[in-house]
Amino acid sequence: MSDHNHGHNHADTHHHAHPAKPGFSRRTFLRRSSEITLAAAITITAGGALLNESEAWALEVKALKPETMKTLILMARDIYPHDKVPDRFYAIAVKAYDAKAAADPQFKSMLETGIAGLDTAAGAGGYVGVAWEAQRVALLHQISSTPMFETVRSGLVVSLYNQQELWPIFGYEGESYSKGGYIHRGFDDIDWL
Amino acid sequence: MVAKFDQNDDGVVVIIGSGAGGGTLGNELAQKGINVVILEAGQRHEYEDFINDEWASFSQLAWTDNRTTSGSWRVAKNFPNLPAWIVKAVGGSTTHWAGASLRFQAHEFKTLTTYGHVPGANLLDWPITLAEMEPYYARAEEKMGVTRTGNRPGLPGNNNFKVLKAGADKLGYKECHTGNMAINSIERDNRNSCQQTGFCFQGCKWGAKWSTLYTEIPKGEATGKLEVRPQSHVLRIEHDASGKVTGVVYADKDGKEQRQKARVVAVAGNSIESPRILLNSHSAMFPDGLANSSGQVGRNYMRHMTGSVYGVFEKPVHMYRGTTMAGIIRDEARFDPSRGFVGGYEMETLSLGLPFMAAFLDPGAWGREFTSALDGYSNMAGMWLVGEDMPQETNRITLSSFKDKYGMPVADVHFDDHPNDIAMRNYAYKQGMALYESVGAIRTFPTPPYPSTHNLGTNRMSENARDGVVNKHGQTHDIKNLFVSDGSQFTSGGAENPTLTIVSLAIRQAEFIAEQMRTKTI
Ligand SMILES: Cc1cc2nc3c(=O)[nH]c(=O)nc-3n(C[C@H](O)[C@H](O)[C@H](O)COP(=O)(O)OP(=O)(O)OC[C@H]3O[C@@H](n4cnc5c(N)ncnc54)[C@H](O)[C@@H]3O)c2cc1C
Ligand code: SF4
Repeated sequence: MSDHNHGHNHADTHHHAHPAKPGFSRRTFLRRSSEITLAAAITITAGGALLNESEAWALEVKALKPETMKTLILMARDIYPHDKVPDRFYAIAVKAYDAKAAADPQFKSMLETGIAGLDTAAGAGGYVGVAWEAQRVALLHQISSTPMFETVRSGLVVSLYNQQELWPIFGYEGESYSKGGYIHRGFDDIDWL
Repeated sequence: MVAKFDQNDDGVVVIIGSGAGGGTLGNELAQKGINVVILEAGQRHEYEDFINDEWASFSQLAWTDNRTTSGSWRVAKNFPNLPAWIVKAVGGSTTHWAGASLRFQAHEFKTLTTYGHVPGANLLDWPITLAEMEPYYARAEEKMGVTRTGNRPGLPGNNNFKVLKAGADKLGYKECHTGNMAINSIERDNRNSCQQTGFCFQGCKWGAKWSTLYTEIPKGEATGKLEVRPQSHVLRIEHDASGKVTGVVYADKDGKEQRQKARVVAVAGNSIESPRILLNSHSAMFPDGLANSSGQVGRNYMRHMTGSVYGVFEKPVHMYRGTTMAGIIRDEARFDPSRGFVGGYEMETLSLGLPFMAAFLDPGAWGREFTSALDGYSNMAGMWLVGEDMPQETNRITLSSFKDKYGMPVADVHFDDHPNDIAMRNYAYKQGMALYESVGAIRTFPTPPYPSTHNLGTNRMSENARDGVVNKHGQTHDIKNLFVSDGSQFTSGGAENPTLTIVSLAIRQAEFIAEQMRTKTI
């Protein structure tokens, strides 16, 4: 399956995880997120939803086990690690897998089995219990040629980076036609050459 | 005013595809008073409808019908069902294209003579010369409003260009400027000038960039002689007992088969679809497909030697601001085998937005080495390396065992790099990386080829019928009233982006077809 096919799902990725507390500013969550251990801050509620209090979002899980979703979020960060990017974006990026699992039992079982295998390989405490990124990445390398890994990775490269709210973190400004292009907005403003 | 022709009207010229070749040919013939029906597989989206968003625009415009791949090229591994990045819409790939418009060099029409025999390459001289093409190049440049030709000013340089230029100066390159672009640097032809929006690949919402969608096609329609029929996917071309073509069968928007009769048929579906249509039109009389007595239909598929180099600097560049490809260094386009390869290459500015950068910088890569490159996105500059690749008989389009929704076999695209392509790419990477390093790049990335945007050569021109599919007018050697009007005619690829040559050939072909029709030869 090629990366581009996921492009048709781009609309899904523009959805937000539900903010638990509305109205927090991007600046506060960016500051906060750099202070905490990312992904470890996600808890699972009694109702089976994922909650990240410091980033102020919650995510309902429909088809997958909440633990699987939590592992997927961390796996997503380990595949495409960006320290400046809060968990929220990784959560949105993998949300589509939950939706797809709800509609497709085979897909669901591929993910559940794949994540269970990853947890077993990780030993007691599972994948999320492995403290160092390098150790988790070593586990991912062991499964990197499996269809589960490749499905997750090739989907992520679109569903993570195609989120408009993420672009400012990378300094990409996106749509420009409605602002009159860059002809008066710095297309040639480089000053250090 | 817009013409509507009867499907039983056997006096019309039917053109398959509305892109650079087909759209231009359609307008040129209509201007000469000839009735034309253009059948286009895609929908018609006017330029207001274009989307400043890479994936959304891709979904709107790109050809995403299934294709299959084989061969050792990396695209087959990373994008097995997306060998090419081209368009299925009225206007064809001239909606997506960047606008770089360069003439071939004289020796590039004579590769066999100039390069000699290259093992494994199926080189051949074109049956035309630069001197014969020059007047048509001039007309194409005028039509398309190419900058730095005919007194038209160049575009202003954006940040990405300025980095390229600074590096070019450091390396001692002499010919570096903001390109010969089919983009209005001043208002012209009732179209805006470039507003430096930076979404040239997503369709220019200002109409500043030439596309047949809003130039050739409406001009042709205004004559009352041209009908464009969108969502008309041609399945096969039919012929009579004498071997002359008589019309085409296509699937309409509901998938229902329709037949349009024709006096002349011109194939312009781009170099993957054009041979697919000819091969799929096999009959008892032509068991190997139409116009294929040479066995060359679908062979000699070229995609240009390509690659990109991105450099990350200490300070911001914002390469995505402004025209995507208005910057070029031409010094390496020369013929100079002392570099270890024949043919030459161009270095052109290129920018991708963050979503495409993530998908194409190093397809399949993950982990910190990859993501730290993206962390430097706003400090990145980029260039595209595009050069002549070797035609090889075994690089070819064939009919796959998979079928599309109409039951038509999809195209399989087989490609292996020639050693000359690899030598050129490695040399070009080295130069591109040295260029950015000379102006302070902290890291540089030799980025592999994207799915093919330049698809060429699969119905090539030849002097002799045994060596190719069409003659110097794009007329098939085998069937007088069957023409090829797109980049699949190219005998060899040149270092230059191909569209100016496609348009020039279409202007020239229109003269020939009109003359042949007037004298009732066809
Ligand atoms: C992102 C991008 C950037 C590019 N930048 C440049 C550049 O800067 N300079 C340059 O010179 N070139 C550039 N190109 C290449 C340029 O777009 C092509 O060379 C040119 O458009 C090819 O013209 P064509 O007529 O062969 O085919 P196209 O323009 O692709 O048109 C073919 C048309 O035929 C239609 N068609 C196919 N099969 C059928 C069928 N069975 N029935 C009916 N219709 C059919 C297709 O839908 C399509 O609309 C770029 C291309 C891309 C994708
Ligand atoms: S940069 Fe210029 S040519 Fe490109 S899309 Fe914008 S206005 Fe059109």
